[in-house]
Amino acid sequence: MKLHEYQSKILFTMYGIPIPNGRIANSAKEVRQISDELGGKVVIKAQVLVGGRGKVGGVRIAKSSDEAEEFANQILSMEIKGLPVRKVLVDEAVSISQEFYLSIANDRNTQKPVLMASSSGGVEVEDVALKTPERIIKRTIDPLLGLRDYQLRDVAINIDLDRMYWQEFGEIINGVWKVYVECDATLVEINPLVITADKRLLALDAKIILDDNALFRHPSLAELRDKDAESGPEIKGRAFGVTFIKMEGNIGCLVNGAGLAMATMDIIKTLGGDAANFLDIGGGATAEKVAASLRLILEDQNVKAILINVFGGITRCDEVAKGLMTAYNEVKPEIPIIVRLVGTNDEEGLRLLRGSSLIPAETLVEAATIAVQKAYGG
Amino acid sequence: MSILANKDTRLLVQGITGNEGLFHTEQMLFYKTNIVAGVTPGKGGDWVLNGKIPVFDSVQIAMEVTGANASVIFVPAMYVGDAIFEAVDAEIPLVVCITEGAPIQDMMRVKQYLKSRKTKLIGPNCPGILTPGETKIGIIPGNISIPGNIGVVSRSGTLTYEVLYALKKNGMGVSTCVGIGGDPVKGMGFVETLDLFEADAKTDAIIMIGEIGGNDEELAADFISRKLTKPVISFIAGVSAPPGKRMGHAGAIIEGTSGTAEGKIKTLESVGVKIARFPEEIPGLVNL
Repeated sequence: MKLHEYQSKILFTMYGIPIPNGRIANSAKEVRQISDELGGKVVIKAQVLVGGRGKVGGVRIAKSSDEAEEFANQILSMEIKGLPVRKVLVDEAVSISQEFYLSIANDRNTQKPVLMASSSGGVEVEDVALKTPERIIKRTIDPLLGLRDYQLRDVAINIDLDRMYWQEFGEIINGVWKVYVECDATLVEINPLVITADKRLLALDAKIILDDNALFRHPSLAELRDKDAESGPEIKGRAFGVTFIKMEGNIGCLVNGAGLAMATMDIIKTLGGDAANFLDIGGGATAEKVAASLRLILEDQNVKAILINVFGGITRCDEVAKGLMTAYNEVKPEIPIIVRLVGTNDEEGLRLLRGSSLIPAETLVEAATIAVQKAYGG
Repeated sequence: MSILANKDTRLLVQGITGNEGLFHTEQMLFYKTNIVAGVTPGKGGDWVLNGKIPVFDSVQIAMEVTGANASVIFVPAMYVGDAIFEAVDAEIPLVVCITEGAPIQDMMRVKQYLKSRKTKLIGPNCPGILTPGETKIGIIPGNISIPGNIGVVSRSGTLTYEVLYALKKNGMGVSTCVGIGGDPVKGMGFVETLDLFEADAKTDAIIMIGEIGGNDEELAADFISRKLTKPVISFIAGVSAPPGKRMGHAGAIIEGTSGTAEGKIKTLESVGVKIARFPEEIPGLVNL
């Protein structure tokens, strides 16, 4: 789960990481007021959970409170990559003398946390990583021992940080580590971390991603979830306990298990079609859950055929069939629905489908072939 | 023969009194798995399933009394880290963790701790181990596979069942099937499992089922080219997945440009691994 910059900065403050003076605002009027308090020179930053907001005008520097109000009006009426801007962060504008990159993240390959830092911070850091990877310093952290003091010095030395800032820099990295551990983050990033003209170290931006699996330990953080950041069907799916991801094709998919769901979408593609969605009903799905899933797929007007692929283990095929028939009888869809049920109670499941217009298939290949044919008017 | 588990494996079930634990204990008993104990802290002294299985308060006590030499974990995600530490500290040789949704940092600490220990960990978020005709540890349906000489290792659950079923339909049997799980931080990976299959006299060919995300398949390719003499057939799920989308598994995330299905397929093909385009194509690629 991603946190907004302003939410991340509140956490930073709690962990002793210095941030610019500033506040969150919901309206241009509030922005003016905050700008007045901060002396008129402010940065107004759209709070949306997508990258690249600066490049589309979602971050503006105002030289006066009048300008701040004007920019705020513009930004608050924007949509960035499909997400409405509902809040802006108003920060004091600072003059920057040096920019750094700093983060702690999960490194999947070592299966340990990794500390990354660079003296080439800023918006182009991904380019730096690609073209001059030696400019990104990476240090693995032992998850049992934690961050060691020498690692702080090691990083400071390698990014050519002036010695006068070592102490303060070390405290910032320690703060980042504490946020990472105590909030169960998968990423804590400061980009840029700056040295200002008046010699202050400040986290100008803040990005935190939390481990969804660990949110049970952090109920107050879980409440910060921004529902705008996910499209409608994905939230609806989560509400009844399935994973749904919208795709661009026209063949709806309903599958148990993430791997099998991907394999089902793959075979559709191999046969020349395109999946309309990823939908994993999980293990042991009830008839209600299956019915709700089918209804959800049918909401997508692009869908021209539906492929149901269930391999029963914990999931019972008769239960799946019951759910399919419930939703089918209710919605009476006119598009073809191809059903492949194998495994636990599959015979009973197939029996329940008899007499309906649902098309049974024996193998995955057969089911996908029919689905692709039907979707393209075959 | 087989790897990791056979008819002599004496299994204990951590979280045996929970819904999942109890249900799957019954299923495993039905497969004739030798389940000797259950562990639920606070319920030591109870018996479950009409007095068939004794429950103990700790893994250590259960091991002392019953001689259990493997554990399967069904406890809720919030207790997974502690349950694994407990089993590892009791020095049980094998832990299979079925529970999904374990916090990643908990697993990072477990993973690091295991390096100084002898216990082998499978999972979390995995379907477990099936040695057809001998034992099943976990939730793989027993009736979809027959004994044979093909080793199966997989990061997926139901996709693995699909492959086992396709093999059975073609009269092909399995020495052991190991579901290593789809989480980004987990116990044994492809390399360790391939190594065991290479050493197993009963296994003549290996099927490896991977998916997008991480570098497990790439590490496996390197290992295959250096160490493996047995043929490997592979299927990689996620060719149609758009970059950056999260497909249910924490494991199935594409990071940057690495970890794509195409990249993995190319790397595996370059070391002589036969690639199936869909699961049902696998039996036809096994030449024994």
